[in-house]
Amino acid sequence: MPDLLTMRDVSVTYRTEGGDVPAVRGVDLALSRGEIVGLAGESGCGKSTLASTILRLQPPSATVTGQVLFEGEDVLTMSWGDLRALRWAGASMVFQGALHSLNPVRRIGDQIAEPIRVHSPETPDREVEARVGELLEQVGLPPTRARAYPHQLSGGQRQRVMIAMALACRPRLIVADEPTTALDVMVQAQVLDVLSALVHELGVGMLMISHDLSVLADLCDRIVVMYGGRVVETGPAEGVFGGALHPYAGALSAAFPRVGDPRARFAPSGLPGDPPDPAQLPPGCAFAPRCPRAIEECTRAVPELRSFGADRSAACIRVAS
Amino acid sequence: MTGLLLQARGVRVDFVTRGGEVARALDGADLRVGAGEVVALVGESGSGKTTLARVLVGLQQPDSGDVLLDGTPLGRRPRDLKPFRRRVQMVLQDPAGALNPRQTVYDSVAEGLRLHGLSTRDPDGRSEERQVADALASAGLRPPERLFLRYPHELSGGQRQRVLIAGALALRPELLIADEPVSSLDASIRGEILALLLKLRSDLGLGVLVVTHDLGLAWNIADRTAVMYLGRIVEAGPTEDVLADPQHPYTRALLSVVPEMEGLEAVVLEGEIPDPTRIPAGCRFHPRCPALASGEAAEAGVDDDCRRTPLAVLPDHRGHNVACHLVAARIPARDGQ
Repeated sequence: MPDLLTMRDVSVTYRTEGGDVPAVRGVDLALSRGEIVGLAGESGCGKSTLASTILRLQPPSATVTGQVLFEGEDVLTMSWGDLRALRWAGASMVFQGALHSLNPVRRIGDQIAEPIRVHSPETPDREVEARVGELLEQVGLPPTRARAYPHQLSGGQRQRVMIAMALACRPRLIVADEPTTALDVMVQAQVLDVLSALVHELGVGMLMISHDLSVLADLCDRIVVMYGGRVVETGPAEGVFGGALHPYAGALSAAFPRVGDPRARFAPSGLPGDPPDPAQLPPGCAFAPRCPRAIEECTRAVPELRSFGADRSAACIRVAS
Repeated sequence: MTGLLLQARGVRVDFVTRGGEVARALDGADLRVGAGEVVALVGESGSGKTTLARVLVGLQQPDSGDVLLDGTPLGRRPRDLKPFRRRVQMVLQDPAGALNPRQTVYDSVAEGLRLHGLSTRDPDGRSEERQVADALASAGLRPPERLFLRYPHELSGGQRQRVLIAGALALRPELLIADEPVSSLDASIRGEILALLLKLRSDLGLGVLVVTHDLGLAWNIADRTAVMYLGRIVEAGPTEDVLADPQHPYTRALLSVVPEMEGLEAVVLEGEIPDPTRIPAGCRFHPRCPALASGEAAEAGVDDDCRRTPLAVLPDHRGHNVACHLVAARIPARDGQ
């Protein structure tokens, strides 16, 4: 039984003028302390919508069904008081685009200190300052940088500040939504090192969202791949990246080639067409229209997630049991 | 390299910062792109790769050095630049921002034709409509007529990138310069756009200079790869050599941190590319160089050179070239093996 997060049969539907749009359709996901789970998929697949339900941050136009259990308590039905405590100290989020999330006219130390000051106003200034210094060190920045303004920092340093802010109230779960997408490969490696060290040293759990399966394979214990609002494959990270069962997971993993692999030379790998619009999902398997292995039967019914050994499942009727 | 098309020779570009300091964005860069050749210019933010691309399309004047098309230096007057701009087209990154949201696909693609007076004077006598349709079809948007009256917000990210490419193709250029052409696209679309660039090369003989921080992209499509660091090219050569047998400690470090890279132990460099107002003495990479820090350079007796002796600008010749004192010291040893 995962001790941190259990999502059961979660569905999210947006009410729009054009009718109901099913963004997430019956997703199960579990995460334990000290574990990093990768949530992979493309724009519109529902991964960020799913993540928003963990802190009940979905927009008012969304209807959520199912259960989102954080340490056994259902986030979807808990009282406002409990929800506030969860948002302060239970779980926190790191978004991409750190440049736009920081206040340009306040020193970064003050911004990191803010959640601490609001959450526990009785904390003496000296302790807050010490905590800010400690947080900066945890993300690999010298504590003296607390006096810097965001524009004095590089993109990678700003992303580290965002991580420090997320850690300020000692959360048990970090949800990182594309935390390295805008960063160069070397800075990405630095930030990923910081994140994985935090998970292992502090024993927190992390849900990392990305469209880059190779990044997730490097960092995560398990990977969950979403397409058209559903989980299409899940399993140990190396297994999903190196030997995907579902044709979509295979295509995602081939999209980022191994440098040095002769098969990828002059052979970029992609998929025809575009990810489906959740407002106009095709019948049956949502991936069928782009799937190289699709047969007529694929369009008849939505494929169920089937088990393939322990801790591995895929939703594709073309995968032999 | 047969049929040299576009060349940067000893290009230097300085910017003056608000503090009045001189930032040297390009400090002597040589790069050649042959006709029908795909070249990847790779580097991190701040390496100068985008500045070099802007110099190569005539959007940025070099402070010294020149840009040559077919061996002829580029003039500086707008009149001289116009024919050049038709032959060398830039494809911008971020297809969402680069298209005018109030312009139809048809008008976006026709705009370049109109600016160059080709709408009514196509060398092959095609109508403007035919030229736009042909460009869209070449960019893989078929049937093109169905897209004529669409607006950017009605298109997917992949379609928008194809419209931008079609806008460049309408002028029938010989070279496309593409700055991060797939970085904002979904993973499954990325391969399709890269495949399109390769198809344009084989169908139309189009050369492509792709500017990117993505080494996997270079491995996917580039004949040659040049690696930039702080305003200079530090390693260049056939992609198989540069990426599968990297010599420069910087290239090796970059490759070692590509997720799921096998065979190289991850070397995560500290810090970031230094400020170009203070280019380090000696080898510009020496303050971050793992080979200098580990004592490898001292063992080879080049550590003083690394700190003090500047390296010559790397000539962009045939073959695999590396600007590194340590690699230079080892060449006899490598030959003797």
